[in-house]
Amino acid sequence: MAQADQDFVYVTYIKTTPEKLWEALTSPAFTRQYWFGIDVTSDWKVGSPMTYISGGETKVDGKVLIADRPKLLSYTFHETNGDASAEPPTRVTLEIEPEAGTETVRLTVTHTDFVANSKHRPSISQGWPAVLSGLKSLLETGKTLQFEM
Amino acid sequence: MDAVFKALADESRRSILDHLYNQGGLTLGDICEPFVESMSRQAVMKHLKILEEAQLITIVWSGREKHHYLNPVPIHAIQDRWIRKFEKQRMDALSALKHALEGTTPKTKGKKHGSS
Repeated sequence: MAQADQDFVYVTYIKTTPEKLWEALTSPAFTRQYWFGIDVTSDWKVGSPMTYISGGETKVDGKVLIADRPKLLSYTFHETNGDASAEPPTRVTLEIEPEAGTETVRLTVTHTDFVANSKHRPSISQGWPAVLSGLKSLLETGKTLQFEM
Repeated sequence: MDAVFKALADESRRSILDHLYNQGGLTLGDICEPFVESMSRQAVMKHLKILEEAQLITIVWSGREKHHYLNPVPIHAIQDRWIRKFEKQRMDALSALKHALEGTTPKTKGKKHGSS
């Protein structure tokens, strides 16, 4: 049984546009720069497969559940290696909302559907804050970097 | 970042964060429970407001219930600013290598630094 008290809800505010943020979350050329070198790969159509690839190896696989560019993205998340691979898929939801009257976008990441005593929950809890912090600094300080769109 | 340091500079608020670290999605009542001897509901609410303003907690409404989650992203930003500097240099080196291998020219303008 999934337990709501095991859910993660992470929020960060980023000085960028929803479209750029969407691109940063969905294009491997971008994700590998801040997401532990991972290529997050999919055609982002509902029902399509989604994979996290690192060093040519699939680390996470899943399926696209919702893709409403540039507002809402949701996919299932299943670790392909180690103890956690025996657990049922969890669910990642990324919500992008422009903050009215500012040039800031609010990104909310929700990771849900963990089983009790999930083996992969502890690593997830360390992963997202690092990913989001890296994403924020890349988008904000990377204003003059090449933006591969 | 000032708001984050201010919010963290209080033992009661750090205890509230510990509580939310152990269990997410707590209501005000749940949060008050372990502090019933030491803090009034009013005091907890005041602390929660400061934590919320520092973005250290996230609120999710479910009907009329307000659920609180720990949001450690701002704390990670502190780590990134002082501890991961060397990692960033490695990333920049990798990016330069990528440009070199692909024969593209990285822009040479100075990087702007974010305000937070």
